[in-house]
Amino acid sequence: MFKIVEKKELAPKIKLVRILAPEIAKKARPGQFVILRVDEKGERFPLTLVDWSPHEGTICLIFQEIGVSTIKLGLLNVGDSVLDLVGPLGRPSEIDRYGTVAVIGGGVGTASVYPIAKALKEAGNRVISIIGARSANLLILEDEMRQISDELFISTDDGTKGYKGFVSDVLNMLIGKGYSFDAVWAVGPTVMMMAVARVTKSYNIKTIVSLNPIMIDGTGMCGTCRVTVGGETKFVCVDGPEFDAHQVDFDELIKRQRMYLEEERKALEKFEKQLSGGNSN
Amino acid sequence: MSKQDRFKAVPMPKQPPEVRIRNFNEVALGYTEEQAIREAERCLQCREPQCVKGCPVGIDIPAFIKLLREGKFREAIRKIKEKNNLPAICGRVCPQETQCQMNCVLGKKGDPVSIGRLERFLADWEREHGVEIPEKQPSTGKRVAVIGSGPAGLTAAADLARLGHEVVVFEALHEPGGVLMYGIPEFRLPKHIVQAEIDYVKKLGVTIKTNAVIGKLFTIPELLKDEGFDAVFIGTGAGLPRFLRVPGENLCGIYSANEFLIRINLMKGYMFPKWDTPIKIGKKVAVIGGGNVAMDASRCSLRLGAEEVHIVYRRSKAEMPARREEVENAEEEGIKFDFLANPVAFHGDEYGWVRKMECICMKLTEPDESGRRRPVPIEGSNFFMDVDTVVIAIGQTPNPLIQQTTPGLAVSKRGTIIVDENMQTSIEGVYAGGDIVTGAATVISAMGAGKKAAENIHKYLMNKK
Repeated sequence: MFKIVEKKELAPKIKLVRILAPEIAKKARPGQFVILRVDEKGERFPLTLVDWSPHEGTICLIFQEIGVSTIKLGLLNVGDSVLDLVGPLGRPSEIDRYGTVAVIGGGVGTASVYPIAKALKEAGNRVISIIGARSANLLILEDEMRQISDELFISTDDGTKGYKGFVSDVLNMLIGKGYSFDAVWAVGPTVMMMAVARVTKSYNIKTIVSLNPIMIDGTGMCGTCRVTVGGETKFVCVDGPEFDAHQVDFDELIKRQRMYLEEERKALEKFEKQLSGGNSN
Repeated sequence: MSKQDRFKAVPMPKQPPEVRIRNFNEVALGYTEEQAIREAERCLQCREPQCVKGCPVGIDIPAFIKLLREGKFREAIRKIKEKNNLPAICGRVCPQETQCQMNCVLGKKGDPVSIGRLERFLADWEREHGVEIPEKQPSTGKRVAVIGSGPAGLTAAADLARLGHEVVVFEALHEPGGVLMYGIPEFRLPKHIVQAEIDYVKKLGVTIKTNAVIGKLFTIPELLKDEGFDAVFIGTGAGLPRFLRVPGENLCGIYSANEFLIRINLMKGYMFPKWDTPIKIGKKVAVIGGGNVAMDASRCSLRLGAEEVHIVYRRSKAEMPARREEVENAEEEGIKFDFLANPVAFHGDEYGWVRKMECICMKLTEPDESGRRRPVPIEGSNFFMDVDTVVIAIGQTPNPLIQQTTPGLAVSKRGTIIVDENMQTSIEGVYAGGDIVTGAATVISAMGAGKKAAENIHKYLMNKK
């Protein structure tokens, strides 16, 4: 059992939890993730490690409530525990002194790029961050990102804050204005990472994305998370989660992510009925 | 007892096929006391028993059978447990027909004694009548880390604990048991039985730490240096799925057998949406491969509601590595077998779902290194099969996590860990056994390896200053 010691709502349906997991906190590196199972009947699902404190023995996770598993996690309060938590999984980000790096976070993906941006800054890079969301009220970690960035740009799809449009548009604009990037990190919804990859491809800028396919065990056993990268099948859980954006077959990834849409909808309906006081079976 | 009885095994009661394909309950129902005694009475009690030679853990088979037929069930199970800590599991999933029972003298003229069924009967009897915890040796003060809680790890852990060592088992998943939990389906090996045998191992004093991926949370050098372990046993198995590496293999609806079985067995996908993890089954399923895993996957597919399930195997029936009993069960349940065929591509629809499988016909030529006749494709013989679910069950390879994070650990080209005759790896105090050493094999051979490693670890620890 892994106890929740802090819980915050960052935006509607976007929550932060800090969980007691001293062994994971000691080993965590930027870019890695954990797999959780909230309760006995729960799914195993991955979440990126956002922050960790070896000293306090805690890890911090940020998630958006989109399905049964994340809603279940969001229902837990300080003092409650998740049943299973395993990590740190995946390969850490390759943090190096690249020069000027654009770090791009879309939606809840901002939480995933935050530790990478922090590490890149500490490694002596000039960090230009672009964070975006559908709307101003869904924007997360603005202050945290500002603190570790040399410059921070914001975009919202509806223009309620910052530039109106997508983070990839902002990147394109910056390059047009003469910004020169030695590397780009982008984490967010798959379509957003795809759009960023399209922009950087034309300028031939090294671009890293962190993929989030469906995953079960997280140790290379099941192959659920397989993706095609550079024509080869890779497992995101052990070979990733970060890959060269220009090599990823995003179309295939998007299709595989939608494999259980129907079931996910069915489970959600049933769960919501249950929450509103219906039959628990 | 008439002469005819002597050569004919007492049949095992089973759920009828038309009933069992609608549920996940155990297929074989087990002997009654009376049936078990009748079967035990067939044993000739050979003075030089051949059966024992076929047992990877060396159970004194004639002795336990003798006790059984005298009605001394408690003494009989005690006899088994001198060598085997997991009898309810072995009695169900050991390939007895190629081990102990293959050597049985009765088998020359009729049915060999059903040793596995008798082992199962005694283990089940004990579970119902109270499991005894054997005496342990006094504490040695030595600590052993066991990596992986499958058959190899559990056996090594139990034996080492009985010898007085403090044992901690590290398991990557949320449930201990390895392949016994995630791989073998409920209808062949009920999970409450695995659980009971794991509880027994725990009662011997073994600590099992789940959610602990060695290589990530701790490395082996860290276990030895920082975590205070005196020796390590690696029993991480062959957990990586093999794929065909043909076009279209990443289409939706194509599972590795591991994914398919993990969703069903470990995550209880067959109880979705009561349990949260879904499993999707189509109308027409093709399972690729001819081993036990392929049989398991095909039979699961039926139980999940598939209308038509095919096993597609590149060799012929005679070369199938699956246990005969499992093939018979599959046939009885209506699984169709397509031999001498091999997929060369999968074709999907606009949503990325598999719709057709393209196969090529095969023919058998001269025997290969496995002794089986090598299949080669017949050019131009391609044909198409409509499918909406495919399970690839063509084998597993070792998980490389440990090898990648343990400097100095000698590994073969196939990725297996190299050990000496004492099961020690290239690193002193670090032992390995089971599928991680041999490549994918059986539960009992992994248990035999765990047992041998435990003996040698014990020797190593007691001689160490």
